[in-house]
Amino acid sequence: MPEPLTYAFMQRALIAGILLSAVAGYFSPFIVQRRLAFLGSGLAHAAFGGVALGIVLQFDPILTALPFTIIVGVIIVLIRDKTELAGDTAIGILFAVAMALGILLLSRTQQYTGDVMTYLFGSILAVQPTDLAWATGLGVMTLVCAFWWPTWAYATVDERLARVDRLHVKRIELALVVSVATAIVVSAKIIGILLVSAFLVLPGATARLVAHSFAGMTAWSCAFAIGSAVIGLLGSYYTDLPSGPTIVLLQAGIFFVIAAFTRR
Amino acid sequence: MTPAIELENVSVRYGEISALRDLSFSVPQGAFLAIIGPNGAGKTTLLNTLTGIARPTRGTVRVLDKDPASLDGDAVGYIPQVKTLDRHFPARALELVVTGLRPRWPWRLRAADRAAAMNALERTGAAHVAERPLSALSGGELQRVYLARCLMRPSKLLVLDEPGAGLDLAGAAAMHHVIEEYIADHDATAVMITHDWEGARNHASHVLLLNKHVVAFGPAGEAATEQRLLEMFGYTGHLAHTHGDNDA
Repeated sequence: MPEPLTYAFMQRALIAGILLSAVAGYFSPFIVQRRLAFLGSGLAHAAFGGVALGIVLQFDPILTALPFTIIVGVIIVLIRDKTELAGDTAIGILFAVAMALGILLLSRTQQYTGDVMTYLFGSILAVQPTDLAWATGLGVMTLVCAFWWPTWAYATVDERLARVDRLHVKRIELALVVSVATAIVVSAKIIGILLVSAFLVLPGATARLVAHSFAGMTAWSCAFAIGSAVIGLLGSYYTDLPSGPTIVLLQAGIFFVIAAFTRR
Repeated sequence: MTPAIELENVSVRYGEISALRDLSFSVPQGAFLAIIGPNGAGKTTLLNTLTGIARPTRGTVRVLDKDPASLDGDAVGYIPQVKTLDRHFPARALELVVTGLRPRWPWRLRAADRAAAMNALERTGAAHVAERPLSALSGGELQRVYLARCLMRPSKLLVLDEPGAGLDLAGAAAMHHVIEEYIADHDATAVMITHDWEGARNHASHVLLLNKHVVAFGPAGEAATEQRLLEMFGYTGHLAHTHGDNDA
């Protein structure tokens, strides 16, 4: 067994890293093909408001951030559908509001707010059994979602065709937004709010460069995400670098290398 | 015999905008209806109403003797405008054709599905693009692929939104032939939006001239007269020269 894996904290980090990166790798192709990269970033920042609410109310921040971020995601979809505003405008408005709310709440509390830094930058090496339980729950949710992969993929390629075929495309989009919001919140403490959107975009973007089918893109995306997490985590141990940024930079490095050598 | 499509005083509004006004007509089973009208005439809104995507604000619509919203996906074969497809979706033409069997994206292609899809692509003259990525298909090739998709799961109603866009003359003629064959083979009715007046007059059994309201409806030769086209568009192109109509 490699030396780092003899430590319990590294074992937990590795399990959490594999679980969260598999989840991100699964949703990433949908985010990339539906051009929702900014949604991932927006929801991650919105999660900050929910985390701040939990800290102020002295609740587990995940319990407040989860409904908060899901509601923000649903509001973004509703604003886009019910007004003539584009989706990115709705995201820009909501994530600024959520961030502002979070900062405002934290500025008025007398309590210790050091936890905020954990959520902003993540701490995969400090994964606790409770965090692992959340990550496992997220993995189970994703397995359930995989059951709907064929219909979600079909609604992604041509929404209009899917509507005529009586697929509930709005429900599918909402389910995707809720799933991504859940993945972001559960990942926030481990990966960090500022980096989690990279987990949701880079694997799918890299997979798109090499895959010729959507099934292949999904498989490659999961493989890139999991591989980067494992190599990045072990690499960060040996190089004494922070794990989250190491994994993200590794993902980005793979993307740029493949992009440089891929011809279309 | 119950008409395949029946509209009574149908109006559709989007807020303050009136998209369709007081449409009434019925299309017999086995007909090939061409819808012709200028941009903004409500053609796509009418197709949306027939496929159950849009609800009329007023009036009643019956398609295959049902409320369109209650029709199964199987009942309608649909060819959208090519622009609605995400052309950068990583997929081959064959995979898109297979979705004609069931509205699910395939994880992998089964041998039987692949054979059926190849057969459909051969009928639309697009077998050579089966393995091409969607991003490498021309507009005309994509239309043929969509048409092949409809052949996978024969429906009683075929709805086509500008299927001739991007097709050359031979391609348009082949497409009309496939639609006519489809109607005959499956006892189906076809509804097609088109800007190809000549193709409509030569191939469709019925023509609807639409400009938010019904300008004319009836058998192709009677409804799509040069005079009416002139009134609606202010222009009839080369029709006057090639046909020498005198039906004002």
